[in-house]
Parts: sequence; structure tokens; C-alpha cells
Amino acid sequence: MEEIRRGMKNGIPIALGYLSVSFSFGAIAVSMGFYWWQAVLISLCNLTSAGQFASLGIMTGQGSFIEMAIVQLTVNIRYAFMSLSLSQKVDDRFKGIFKWLLSFFITDEIFAVSMLEESVSKAYFFGLAFAGASAWIIGTTSGAILGTIVPTIVHHALGIALYAMFIAIIIPGMKKHHHMIKIVLLAIILRVGFYYLPILNQLSSGFAMTISALVSALVGAIIYPTEEIHE
Amino acid sequence: MNKNFFIYLLIMSVITYAIRAIPLVFINKKITNKTVQSFLDYIPYTVLAAMTFPDIFYSTGNLISGIVATIIILYASYKELSLIQVACIGCGVVALIEIIL
Repeated sequence: MEEIRRGMKNGIPIALGYLSVSFSFGAIAVSMGFYWWQAVLISLCNLTSAGQFASLGIMTGQGSFIEMAIVQLTVNIRYAFMSLSLSQKVDDRFKGIFKWLLSFFITDEIFAVSMLEESVSKAYFFGLAFAGASAWIIGTTSGAILGTIVPTIVHHALGIALYAMFIAIIIPGMKKHHHMIKIVLLAIILRVGFYYLPILNQLSSGFAMTISALVSALVGAIIYPTEEIHE
Repeated sequence: MNKNFFIYLLIMSVITYAIRAIPLVFINKKITNKTVQSFLDYIPYTVLAAMTFPDIFYSTGNLISGIVATIIILYASYKELSLIQVACIGCGVVALIEIIL
């Protein structure tokens, strides 16, 4: 119980950021012609930002089912690597049915915060997941129903919350390993390249993100193995 | 929305869940290969970095508030404030700048 509470508390920044993102998702979905309950159902079954936003365009454009499958696969493949990373950090009691149930909640943010632990317990992970997922649903529902009523300034301010949290995780993490800063910078350079360079910027953002993260982590693993962390 | 909604929903939900569940459920051993271990050590940070930049600059709908807030967030993180403190400072700075502008 103590672990669940600690997870929920550490999940507050995640929840804050999710409210803003899922609010936009709900509002945009309705503005594109979806019913409010459809937006909520999508959020309930997927719990992912990029994949959900991408799905709206495919559905309204009557894209093929294959297209939907391929887009979701490429936009979300990064979760497989997070899931793999997490498999190395869960404690002995985080197993069996709990893996089946809790893996649904692997998102960029929940994963990132859970990886700050020495070893991840199922109760702690559940706390994080609960905070994040409930905000995701509440945000989607209010966005779908209230739409444009909330003043844009509140919306803009909340828009930066998730990124602020990411930076608050990355910067202290750089002290764990002295080559980390170079690898993080490499990831940023690659991602910025995908963002601004012609042709490359045609790639979906989820896919570009995944490639940047994978290539830089691979370069890091080959040039600067992190043995000292495991000693 | 059309009647295909539920088929679309099923496809996206199953794929997204499978991607998340399969590695965690089926890899129960500790990986001992040094390169793979190092790769997994780097992954959380490279993912977050690639997600944050350059998107953070555009996240507020105003490039100036985005950039100023980013600089302050970097400094607050360097000082090792907690996640929630850094997130609140970020939101506060953006709100402040947008009120002034």
C-alpha cells in the first residue's frame, strides 16, 4: 500500500502533463467528427499519445486496416524497447499475470519515472500507472466535452509540463555515467535532423524519435559500454 | 463515425498492447551481454532526449515562452529539484510570459 501511494505521488507530474495532452486529444477528436465516447474509448484502450493522434487521421480518411496496423507499429515500436529495459529492472514478485496486466501501462513517461528505481515493484508501478491513466481518461473526457472553453493560456502552460519532467529526469541521469551527455546530445542532434531536414522530415514523429533513440543508444553501447553501473 | 470504428479500434489496441507486453512477459532472465546491457542503460535517456528536443520549444504555442521556459527548466533540473517542482516551474514561467506578452 505504501508503495502504491509512493507511485501515485511520483506520478503527479505525469498526470499533470497527461491532462493537457489528453485534453487536446479529446478536443481534436470531437472537432474531427468523433463522438465524445469514441475519443474516451480510444484513450481507454490505447493510452498513448502519438499513436492515438495518428489514428484519428487514418479513421477519418478511411485509411485501410493495414495502414492502421503499420502506423501503430512504427509509431509505438519504442515501447518494445522500454518493455525490454523494464524486464531487466522488475523485482522477483513482479511476474506472471502482473506482467500481462501492467505492461498495458508502459508509456514513455511511466517507463521513464519507473526506471529511476533501483528495482521496480509491481505496487510502485501500479501507483504510477494509476496516476497516469486516470489523468489520461479524465483529460480526454473533459477535452471531448468542454473542447475550447478552457482558456488557451492554461493549455499552453500545461503543454510544457511533460517536457519539463523529461529534462528533470535526463539531467541528473547524466551524472550516472560520464559519457551519457555525449550520447544524449547525439540523440538530440539526430532528432533535430529528422525534424528540420527536407525528406527526413516526412517521417512520422514517432518513427523519427525511435530511430534517433535507437541509433544513439547503439552507438553508446558500442563505443562507451556502461560496465561501471553494473559493478 | 462509421461502423468501422470498432475494427480500427481493435487493430490499434491489440498492436499497441502486444508491443508493450511481449518483451516484458517473455524475457524473464537477466541479460548478461555487456553491449545489450549498455544499450538498455542508454535507452531511457536517449528516448526522452529525442522526445523533448526540439518539440519542447513548440509545446506552448509560443516560441519565446517555449525557449525561455526551457532554459529555466534546464537550470532547475541541473539543481536537481524534484520532477513535480521542475514541472510546476515550467508551467509557471510559461503562464507568466504569456501574461506579459
